[in-house]
Amino acid sequence: MNALLTVDTVSKNFGNFTALNGVSVAVPEGSIFGLLGPNGAGKTTLIRIINQITMPDTGTVTLDGEPLQPKHIADIGYMPEERGLYKSMKVGEQVLYLAQLKGLNKAEAKKRAKYWFDKLDIGAWWGKKIQELSKGQAQKIQFVVTVMHHPKLLIFDEPFSGFDPINANLIKDEILQLREEGATVIFSTHRMESVEELCDHIALIHKSNKILDGEINTIKRAYKNNTFDVGVLMEPSAFAKAETALSQQFSCSPASFKSLNDELKLRIKIADDAAPNELLSHLQQYGQVNHFTEVIPSVNDIFIQTVNQSI
Amino acid sequence: MSVLSLIIKREYNARVRNKSFLIMTFLSPLILLGMIMLISYLTQLNSNEKRTIVVVDESGLFVDTFFNTDETTYIAMDNQGLETAKDIAQKEDYYGLIHIPAQEGNIAKGVTFFGKETPSFGLVEGIEKRLEKQLTDINLLSKGVDLTVLETSKTAIDLNIENFSGEKSSKMSNWVKAGFGGAAGYLLMMFIIIYGNMVMRSVIEEKTNRIIEVIISSVKPFQLMMGKILGTTLAGITQFAIWVILGGVLLTIATVVFGVDPSASSSGAMSAQAQAMANDPNMMTQFIAEVSKLPLLQLVLGFFVYFIGGYFLYSSIYAAIGAAVDNETDTQQFMLPIIMPLMLAIYVGFFAVIDNPHGTVATIFSIIPLTSPIVMLMRIPFDVPGWQLALSVFLLIASFVFTVWFGGKIYRVGILMYGKKPTYKELFKWLKY
Repeated sequence: MNALLTVDTVSKNFGNFTALNGVSVAVPEGSIFGLLGPNGAGKTTLIRIINQITMPDTGTVTLDGEPLQPKHIADIGYMPEERGLYKSMKVGEQVLYLAQLKGLNKAEAKKRAKYWFDKLDIGAWWGKKIQELSKGQAQKIQFVVTVMHHPKLLIFDEPFSGFDPINANLIKDEILQLREEGATVIFSTHRMESVEELCDHIALIHKSNKILDGEINTIKRAYKNNTFDVGVLMEPSAFAKAETALSQQFSCSPASFKSLNDELKLRIKIADDAAPNELLSHLQQYGQVNHFTEVIPSVNDIFIQTVNQSI
Repeated sequence: MSVLSLIIKREYNARVRNKSFLIMTFLSPLILLGMIMLISYLTQLNSNEKRTIVVVDESGLFVDTFFNTDETTYIAMDNQGLETAKDIAQKEDYYGLIHIPAQEGNIAKGVTFFGKETPSFGLVEGIEKRLEKQLTDINLLSKGVDLTVLETSKTAIDLNIENFSGEKSSKMSNWVKAGFGGAAGYLLMMFIIIYGNMVMRSVIEEKTNRIIEVIISSVKPFQLMMGKILGTTLAGITQFAIWVILGGVLLTIATVVFGVDPSASSSGAMSAQAQAMANDPNMMTQFIAEVSKLPLLQLVLGFFVYFIGGYFLYSSIYAAIGAAVDNETDTQQFMLPIIMPLMLAIYVGFFAVIDNPHGTVATIFSIIPLTSPIVMLMRIPFDVPGWQLALSVFLLIASFVFTVWFGGKIYRVGILMYGKKPTYKELFKWLKY
């Protein structure tokens, strides 16, 4: 897959503070890319460099094979973490103004604004001022402003904060549709679980350094360790005996998952080269196996593990 | 449409459509007019006050000296003795009492004014003048000088002032020039402060609204800052134009309705002397002639050049300050460097320029960029040498290019900084980011 955006060994210092230390990232075209890391890791600085708000001290950024230039502004749509619009400006004027700043002409901006306002069913807000809208409503306007100029690359910083669940879902669907239409999406967040399900590629940033990146399933496969959550139906009185027996063969720990029955719930790790079926058939002698799932490490687990390893 | 013109348009609309802009534009001339009327009414009221002053002249030399006027009535109590007269004056609540001792030694040093409060300067001066004149006349007579001869031999001099190239001017024209220059300089200062503050507030607004990051992902911070400054300038020019038109209309109405001579009322900024002159019909025509003789084109052009130059110079500093802080209360610590040169310029203008338009102080301050817009504007009516104008405009342009660059640097970093109350040291560090 072609990389739409390539960040090559980018460093940025503010005085004595290093915000980014030789970070390289490649964002494949058409992907949903998660830029993950705790607060203060350097995500926002990287995004600002991609948006040409700040210039990197060293390193290069290329979009579509070309080094970043002012004309690329029109190819990027950016929704910052701190949302903001002119409070005393009318919604319509504001949307047209911001779209024109992105290089659309007025007629085209009007046409697209109308499309989006109809689509999100917010046409009635056109003549209102932002300060008359609720926070969630203003966020919708912000979203329209971000995507209106059909950018190739969409960057969302903490995309779902501030939206109620219904609107968050609505926006999520819109983003997915934009991806279908060919856009590449970058999500930046410190709440890794919130976008994990959406991303197909991720990069983890910690203390100004990229510590991990790649296709999410590849990463997860690399970090899984043949651990399974199992639920075996048996008399509760037999729980202790079974657990002791299993512990002698495998490394076991208590597990918790939802089920309708009162089962023996265990998290069992088998040898890395062992086949899961052996575990399954072994378990069957204790009773009915109601639950058998592989434990897939969450990005959060991987992150913590990687950070601990790097120390 | 280019990005810059889009920003200018938005900023202009944001200023002009603001309610406070409309109020400021249409109400402030009315308030000014009301204040002028109130002040002139109060002055009249003040001078209409009737005063009664008791005169105890023990020398008998000043019988005719203290004649009654519209404002002051004098009561002679020459024979009652000082203490009795004082009692009466106090009891009757008279304004004061003049005591002239009997002709022993020197009268000139022995005259005393008693009053329940400190008398006004005008009154004291008037009394002194009358006493001096009478005493001088007595002295002259005693030395055998004929007063009528003295009177007829008095000559009044009215110096004709002319420069080497033959242009005539007069004292009157100096007042007219000082009036126009002073008004222009003062106006410029007000515009810089008011509109500079507007730029600053709008920068802070974008910061607190957090729209700044959306905008600068589309345009360069420098473009945004310039657009803001230019848009606000245009709003200022609009307001100025409205005032000029409004002033013209009001003046015409005033002339028609009240039959007031417009030139007389517009000379409010000038001295009493000039006003007295203006009241004289002959002087009136002279006044109008002087106004028409002013280098009006130069003045208007000068106002334009120095307004733009001075405004850019200061508003880019204002913009940088706005970018450096999170809210308006934090701006105070940075205001001093702006207000000080402006105040200095006004004081230099009102003291040095009017006293000696081409003196060293006036010349130097009209060339230093931070004060030149105001001081030079005040000097322009007095015919400034071309090289000085050129130097001052050049320095102004050079320094506004510098402050715009400098302001742009701080602006670029500052707009993305939150939660820190910056110090000067920190601002200096930002220049290197």
